[in-house]
Amino acid sequence: MIFTMWIIATILFFIFRLMPGNPLVAYIDPTFTEEQQQILMEQFGLDKPLWQQYGIFLKNLLKGELGDSFFFRDSVVNVISRVLPNTIYLMLLALIIAYIIGILAGIYLAWKRGERIETVGIVLTLFTRAAPQFWVGMILLAVFSFKLNIFPSGGASSAGTVYASEWAKLLSPAFYHHLFLPALTLAVYLLGLPLLLMRSNMLDVMNEAYVDMARMRGLSKVRVMLKYAARNACLPVITAMAVGIGYAMGGNVVIETVFSWPGLGRLLVKAVSTSDYPLAQGAFILIAGVMVFMNFVADILYSLLDPRVNLENRR
Amino acid sequence: MGVIKKILSETYNFLRQDKFALAGVLIYLFFFIIAVFAPVIAPYDPHRMIRDGAQFMFNMPPGGKFILGTTNMGRDIFSQLVYGVRPALTVGFAAAFFVMVAGTLVGLISGYYRGKIDGILMRITDIAFGIPFTPFVIVLVGFLGPSIWNIVMAMALLLWRDTARIIRSQVLTVRERSFVEAARVSGASNLRILFVYIAPNILPLSFLYGSLAIGWAILTEAAVSFLGFGDPKVISWGYMLHDAYVSQALSRGAFYWFIPPGICIMLVVMAGFYIGRGSEEILHPKLKKY
Repeated sequence: MIFTMWIIATILFFIFRLMPGNPLVAYIDPTFTEEQQQILMEQFGLDKPLWQQYGIFLKNLLKGELGDSFFFRDSVVNVISRVLPNTIYLMLLALIIAYIIGILAGIYLAWKRGERIETVGIVLTLFTRAAPQFWVGMILLAVFSFKLNIFPSGGASSAGTVYASEWAKLLSPAFYHHLFLPALTLAVYLLGLPLLLMRSNMLDVMNEAYVDMARMRGLSKVRVMLKYAARNACLPVITAMAVGIGYAMGGNVVIETVFSWPGLGRLLVKAVSTSDYPLAQGAFILIAGVMVFMNFVADILYSLLDPRVNLENRR
Repeated sequence: MGVIKKILSETYNFLRQDKFALAGVLIYLFFFIIAVFAPVIAPYDPHRMIRDGAQFMFNMPPGGKFILGTTNMGRDIFSQLVYGVRPALTVGFAAAFFVMVAGTLVGLISGYYRGKIDGILMRITDIAFGIPFTPFVIVLVGFLGPSIWNIVMAMALLLWRDTARIIRSQVLTVRERSFVEAARVSGASNLRILFVYIAPNILPLSFLYGSLAIGWAILTEAAVSFLGFGDPKVISWGYMLHDAYVSQALSRGAFYWFIPPGICIMLVVMAGFYIGRGSEEILHPKLKKY
């Protein structure tokens, strides 16, 4: 995992070094004062040869030192930590909605195996995977916020609202009012994985001997399905949630932009479009870090929950 | 030649049996014809600001001279939609081609030679899985400049990872089969075994993955264009949605503007899924999918 992260950081270092123009451009905005420029020059060793710069880059990265954002005139770490909570709330709510609905619908579709409703359900699920997330968001916005005026059209709070603390924000109903549409859009996007995974696991598990046994004992269908089959079919789906989190971090980019949600994804888009290199680099490293870590967690969970899988032999 | 014939006849049988796959192919065919005949089908130049006398035709509702109305700059939406098929198919097929070739080669070599080569290649694949896809494409395209080929390149750099993993696992089983053993005993070289005996067996699989890659590529191009990093010279469906979004089409309730491009994207992507449906990929997602 650390190896992977190191390689990704290295790739990133070279991408940003290969940007057109002066290499200094990656860290220093021409409008910075002479003094600021001097400090950054030293901090990142921009006057030294490339391999030394690389060493300094890695050292700074380990210390969590990512330079200053051009746009916000603040350290990248500060800028990111201001928006990160918003992304986490959005992701958590979306994941909860997606996994609850996904698991239940997966059980239902497995139950209705071979019936017409199964085909309809599958086709609908494929629709959620084929529709561009931002387009789903646009439709929800046009209908619920502009036409029906039920939900706000963007942002995480109404104009002028200042929360005393993170807690005050989390306790205010207005925050959830803003959070709902983006979370719903993200949930639609995430729904497919748990749903289809749950369904196919159910179909596998239903062929197992202990499920047959339960059926033969004359237990009701509901009981067999929920108590015997679903409980075991659930495990891999929970594991997949780790991958889902990594997935959501990437998917967020577009959804946060549609809803002007002040989160990490929108920050990345903004940084790239304003050529704010340090900020773009920092946001990207963080997103990649979460993804690598979640893949790692999924691997471990997978082998813990299913002893048949050996971590060493799996690749 | 024999190989191609075999693949064609297998494809035909596959299509006859699988209604979903047939629907997918028909959708592709439909859009392909539109792409070829776009200038004939589209009533207007998609870039032209249409005027009636001295009056620009801004924000016209659908009907009459404009099947789907006009944009806030007086451009014909239906014509844009028709021309939008071209970049969609170009991006989709170009990206899918690179993904298929790279993924299949990595998978073949990795699975056949095993050992050290396999270890290195699979390490690289792991790393590719650690890189967040959409952000990577955005960063690369944002910095390299907005062109359709940069988008294709950025996608090709990452998307091969799924194909490589699946092909490798398939090769691992195929290489143990007796006809491979027979070829080896009769003195065939490694390359010959790899490309003459093993490759034809995994080709259908790499085609299925290719068809899924078309879908991902079109979705990603749309997302990138929507975020404003698209090729400004090309009118794609993603660009149309971007245009509608920034021109307040949502608050004006101009559904005729932003619904059709989304439906087109969905149809093309679905077509890829339908063709790939036989491949379990969608219905039985593996744990590790992005």
